[in-house]
Amino acid sequence: MAQTMYEKIWDAHFVHQEEGQAALLYIDRHLMHEVTSPQAFEGLKMAGRGIRNTHSILATLDHCVPTKMADRINLPDPIGAKQVQTMMNNCEEHGLTLYDMESRNNGVIHVVVPEHGFVHPGMTTVCGDSHTATHGAFGALAFGIGTSEVEHVMATQCLPQAKSKTMLVKVDGKLSKFSTAKDIALAIIGKIGTAGGTGYVIEYAGEAIEALSMEGRMTLCNMAIESGARAGLVAPDQKTYDFLEGKEFAPEGEAWNQALNYWKTLPSDADAEFDKVIELNAADIAPQVTWGTSPEQVIPVNHAVPAPSDFDTEGKQIACESALEYMGLESGTQMTDIEIDFVFLGSCTNSRIEDFRAAAEVARGTLVPDNVTAIAVPGSYLVKAQAEKEGLDKIFTEAGWEWREPGCSMCLAMNGDQLKPGERCASTSNRNFEGRQGKGGRTHLVSPAMAAAAAAAGKFVDLRTLEKT
Amino acid sequence: MEKYTKHTSVAALMNRSNVDTDQIIAKQFLKKVERTGFGAHLFHDWRFLEDGSPNPDFELNKPEFKDAKILVAGDNFGCGSSREHAPWAIDDYGFNTIISTSFADIFYNNCFKNGILPIEVDSDTLKALMSEINDNEGVSFTVDLENQQVSTPGGIEVKFELDGFRKHNLLNGLDDIGLTLEHIDKIDSYEAKHKANFPWLWAS
Ligand code: SF4
Repeated sequence: MAQTMYEKIWDAHFVHQEEGQAALLYIDRHLMHEVTSPQAFEGLKMAGRGIRNTHSILATLDHCVPTKMADRINLPDPIGAKQVQTMMNNCEEHGLTLYDMESRNNGVIHVVVPEHGFVHPGMTTVCGDSHTATHGAFGALAFGIGTSEVEHVMATQCLPQAKSKTMLVKVDGKLSKFSTAKDIALAIIGKIGTAGGTGYVIEYAGEAIEALSMEGRMTLCNMAIESGARAGLVAPDQKTYDFLEGKEFAPEGEAWNQALNYWKTLPSDADAEFDKVIELNAADIAPQVTWGTSPEQVIPVNHAVPAPSDFDTEGKQIACESALEYMGLESGTQMTDIEIDFVFLGSCTNSRIEDFRAAAEVARGTLVPDNVTAIAVPGSYLVKAQAEKEGLDKIFTEAGWEWREPGCSMCLAMNGDQLKPGERCASTSNRNFEGRQGKGGRTHLVSPAMAAAAAAAGKFVDLRTLEKT
Repeated sequence: MEKYTKHTSVAALMNRSNVDTDQIIAKQFLKKVERTGFGAHLFHDWRFLEDGSPNPDFELNKPEFKDAKILVAGDNFGCGSSREHAPWAIDDYGFNTIISTSFADIFYNNCFKNGILPIEVDSDTLKALMSEINDNEGVSFTVDLENQQVSTPGGIEVKFELDGFRKHNLLNGLDDIGLTLEHIDKIDSYEAKHKANFPWLWAS
């Protein structure tokens, strides 16, 4: 029978199912960071259990780590420092690979893992972090789990799982040069809503998806969770193989050929059926900006802030009203008239080299106004080094940006980088929830180029109107 | 997880309804890196005065309830957020049984993951159990999980309902991980096959 990629991966990892219970799914890769793992390690110890496959684990420190060099040596927050220390002790005790703060491989988990080729097509991958879906860009089934499940996977290498439904999101047509994977991701969420993917694993396909770079596909899959989906997937192709070849954890020699042959069997069969199909035309996707406190509250940058009456359900009208109130916005205001205080270029959604290149292109020769703070936070030390090699750091600093050390930083504002109440931020991260970037902070999600344009103008700008002189 | 066996233990009375997970374990204690030690913070805002000393008016601070393993509480116990810290705190404090007329869904599920038996009784039975404790503070009840029965020195004998699968897990001390490990042979043979099919996954 014709199968989707999800079904193929599921079947290849199905271990056992007891009547009336969830299926046991085998897990190939387990990614870790300092915030969601400590109690799992302790639970393991309390129960006298060990880690089944230490080689399946790769860990980093990212959520609590400061992005200013001086603070990295002496962590100012004692709770963060304790989480970092606990992670280091746990990894040492169990012999796990950890990219600690001194490692040149350190960075945000979902940025560093692909840099080393740790996740391959067809693998099952979990992490105590909802943006694990990022790795679906490689055609791996990757999803976030809770702390008790982290412990479960360490002890058994398996997870009880219910099978998801399948959704195909087909994006045909050609993206304009002003729009990016981030805009596709936001446009999809705008269309299906933050619960539109609930119960589904989404496969992204179509001409515009095939045209995306690996970085772009990572951005897209990263946001799958914001549409409620369990995971996002993109079929592996030559770009995937080229990206992986030669990486530290990629197979070599004969094993590479063997792996390649297997990977090529993974894409969904031509006549495979999905439970739901959504279609978009890439040519219609303008640069997007969120105006509210949910990623689905998103519009093209040349539109005006909506009013509650623009929505057809009572729930959405109420949500609109309270979002406008929290965001301090009035309906009818053009997005391009909204002034900002802060710009954050970073997070596992948009902190890869391609993102910095795109932002630098726009930032070159501009100057951030005095009343705006703009920070550029590379996703990893490797990204930082590459950007510096290309001179991108200079472009940013000359334009008045701060060039920081890697980490999650203002994506979730756990490390000290945060907005003050009422401050408005153009952010390349993935969540614009109330308080996400600091209590009372107001987040607008955008692509890296849109963020750089906003930094230069002190307000949102329609990239399509920017003429390079 | 410890096996849940038949036991006779002091029953403490908490005559309050809608005890929520924020009250069970307050938000300020969630940032710990440990999983144990939450018992010291159980019901913190009720249990301690501003200056940190025990609140003499809080029921669980009565010396008669000191060694209680059974908690008898009002309707809808454990409502609020899904935090797993709530059952961790209850378990760490020393309770292994909670009796009420109803429990919040997620909390009820989380209890079994932590070796705690939540027992649902009808409101007349709850009243009778409560008044027996009121009349005789420090009284011990007997909980017999095998026979799904609670009995008291005052002569109350009440049967309770419980899903057979959950009962099996509690009696055998099986948490979710323990359950998966019951299929360890299947995991082993799957893994051997997986290794043969995808040898590059193991080369690192
Ligand atoms: S950058 Fe943000 S979304 Fe990504 S792992 Fe860090 S906190 Fe999570």
